[in-house]
Amino acid sequence: MSNSTLSFVRTTMEVAKAPPASTVGVVGWMRKNLFSSWINTALTLFAIYLVWIIVPPILDFTIFNATWTADDREGCLAGGHGACWAYVEAKFGQFIYGRYPVEERWRVNIVFAIMAIGTVTLAIPSVPYKKWNAIFMLVIFPILAFFLLVGGYFGLHHVETPLWGGLLVTLVVAITGIVVSLPLGVLFALGRRSEMPVVRMVSIIFIEFWRGVPLITVLFMASVMLPLFLPEGVTFDKLMRVLIGVALFSAAYMAEVVRGGLQAIGKGQYEGAQALGLPYWKTMNLIILPQALKLVIPGIVNTFIGLFKDTTLVLIVGLFDLLGAIQLSFTDPKWSTPMTSHTGYVFAAFGFFIFCFSMSRYSIFMENRLHTGHKR
Amino acid sequence: MAAQEPVGDGAETARVSLLYDPKVRALVAQVALILLVIWLGYSMVNNTLVNLEKQSIASGFGFLGTTAGFSIAPTLGTFIVDYAEESSYGSAFYVGLFNTLLVAFIGIILATIWGFILGVARLSNNWVIAKLSTVYIETLRNIPLLLQIFFWYFAVLRSLPNPRESVEFGANIVLNTRGLFMPRPLPEAGFGWVSIAILIGLVGTFFMRRWAHQRQESTGEQFPVFWTSVGLIVGFPILVFLVLGMPLDWQIPELRGFNFRGGMVIIPEFMSLLLALVLYTATFIAEIVRAGILAVSHGQSEAAHALGVRSGPTLRLVVIPQALRVIIPPLTSQYLNLTKNSSLAVAIAYPDLVSVFAGTVLNQTGQAVEILLITLAVYLTISIVTSVLMNWYNAKMSLVER
Repeated sequence: MSNSTLSFVRTTMEVAKAPPASTVGVVGWMRKNLFSSWINTALTLFAIYLVWIIVPPILDFTIFNATWTADDREGCLAGGHGACWAYVEAKFGQFIYGRYPVEERWRVNIVFAIMAIGTVTLAIPSVPYKKWNAIFMLVIFPILAFFLLVGGYFGLHHVETPLWGGLLVTLVVAITGIVVSLPLGVLFALGRRSEMPVVRMVSIIFIEFWRGVPLITVLFMASVMLPLFLPEGVTFDKLMRVLIGVALFSAAYMAEVVRGGLQAIGKGQYEGAQALGLPYWKTMNLIILPQALKLVIPGIVNTFIGLFKDTTLVLIVGLFDLLGAIQLSFTDPKWSTPMTSHTGYVFAAFGFFIFCFSMSRYSIFMENRLHTGHKR
Repeated sequence: MAAQEPVGDGAETARVSLLYDPKVRALVAQVALILLVIWLGYSMVNNTLVNLEKQSIASGFGFLGTTAGFSIAPTLGTFIVDYAEESSYGSAFYVGLFNTLLVAFIGIILATIWGFILGVARLSNNWVIAKLSTVYIETLRNIPLLLQIFFWYFAVLRSLPNPRESVEFGANIVLNTRGLFMPRPLPEAGFGWVSIAILIGLVGTFFMRRWAHQRQESTGEQFPVFWTSVGLIVGFPILVFLVLGMPLDWQIPELRGFNFRGGMVIIPEFMSLLLALVLYTATFIAEIVRAGILAVSHGQSEAAHALGVRSGPTLRLVVIPQALRVIIPPLTSQYLNLTKNSSLAVAIAYPDLVSVFAGTVLNQTGQAVEILLITLAVYLTISIVTSVLMNWYNAKMSLVER
């Protein structure tokens, strides 16, 4: 019956031909991403040339030509023109604790340990008791750290702040800045969005004043002008004055971050709270701030990174933070070599980079995490 | 029944006590705040006056007229103000101000250019370029600026050769540990005509642009605006310069004793501050530029291509104007950051406002309050002026939207 003229009907798919060798694999990837046009090829070659100029000297200096063990400058000078890591090793205690008495350094270590555990558990989203942890870190820990570090009570030896230095000062300035600036910043952010004109005006002037001036002048103000503002008999030591300046300065930046969060909360939330008859502070505490603060966690972390980097400026008013302690150690004749300052700067850069980079990764991670809830 | 009283009457009886009236509460809170601020301000001023009297420091701005008696490293500021040791503290202030503005202005321009290059490079299809740019941005933005300034100043520029073994670039430009020395142009008689030619070029360009825009609006014909502008602003003055027989002489720096004399010098403090500021701020600008470009949806450039617009004009007329709207507000705050960060000059003694005025002058006179108030006022003014300018530009750019 079949009178079909079709002589052949394919019933199975033919096996696909392999793509041309030049479009797949390493070669294909390179053709697409590195040599797609003559401009791209030139750029690629230029970039490789740049890497070739920059990377080998850095590796030579930090690793291949470096001196890892030596007793003093002679050892490093004999070792060639690389980094003198032995010097960092010898000065490490000074970089971390400054001139904090050696027999009392365990107190600093305890503070560091509590801080590390507290912040890590606070940072990992799946660890429970966030609220209590936050209260501990923002309220109890600073008090505890104060008594442990300053001493003078409970049989602890009193350690004056001019003896503090290195990473200790860096962390004290940065953490105090953030702990004080968070509540102050929230207050000023709320003030800036207040319906009361005077409150709004005062908040705007405060915020814009501190954001408009450089931190250096704030530190100068704290160390030169602040003593004049205080009544007779009231004096603060230099670290305390710097802390006040840094806290007010970062409060203004924090206020702007928090304001961003407040603006992101829908009007319905405020209206819902009003409909329930909640007064202002309850609306803020129970409804608005928990949502707003969660939204601005990346912003807070970024402010903290900025603050952490800015703590280096305290060396200009004569406090020895991590960079200051390193800078100070260059003057030690025992380790003075042509490579000492390079080594010190590389070490400082590496130290700051580790802290700031990991925090910025965390901020990106939180941003992605927070985004998922708002994706439509 | 009883509940359905007339409304007005109900409102009368339901009147809240003064304690719970929001209006009264707001008034009380604000009055309390005003009183608090006044009290704080009063006690601060009062304490300051008492303390100053006790330290027998005379207050007032009279010190600005007193002879300074210290020298400042040669920069454009000292050149413009014509500063010498006999000059007053007031002129030292102007030197600092000029130097701050100088480093901020050049820094902003260079950081913008370098930041745009980095931002575009990070989005490049070229894998090596994109990764290189990413590594650069992530590294430099996570290292404190002060450390970078120290690195450039103490570790790099200090290890340059001394004046006797200077690096020579030809054309009498030499680099050594004292700075970058260049010939100084000395205008001769008739050079004023060249300045006038530049002015004519600028004015001409302005009117030419307006005319070209109007012509395109009415006839649709385009005019080579860019090349005509270049010709008017650069070409015309050069022509005048050549016709007048090149009325310009060069003062060449010469090695005398241990240092170069004459010519122009860019001091190492300026170079390291500028380098660090530009390299650091550019990383932030690069991220802003990247975000701005990514914010322009792909459909925009596709639509332009579909209309037959080529890729150059697509970028210039479609993508960049829209990206700029996202870029400008954060870019403004980076400009302000750069200006404020230029105060780190004090750490390496580049004679900027903070270093000269809030540093040296403050130490010599002890007029802490006045000097810091002036310094703060200057930075606040710079901040406000920059924000106003950028807001104006932003408003101008966002008009494109509608």
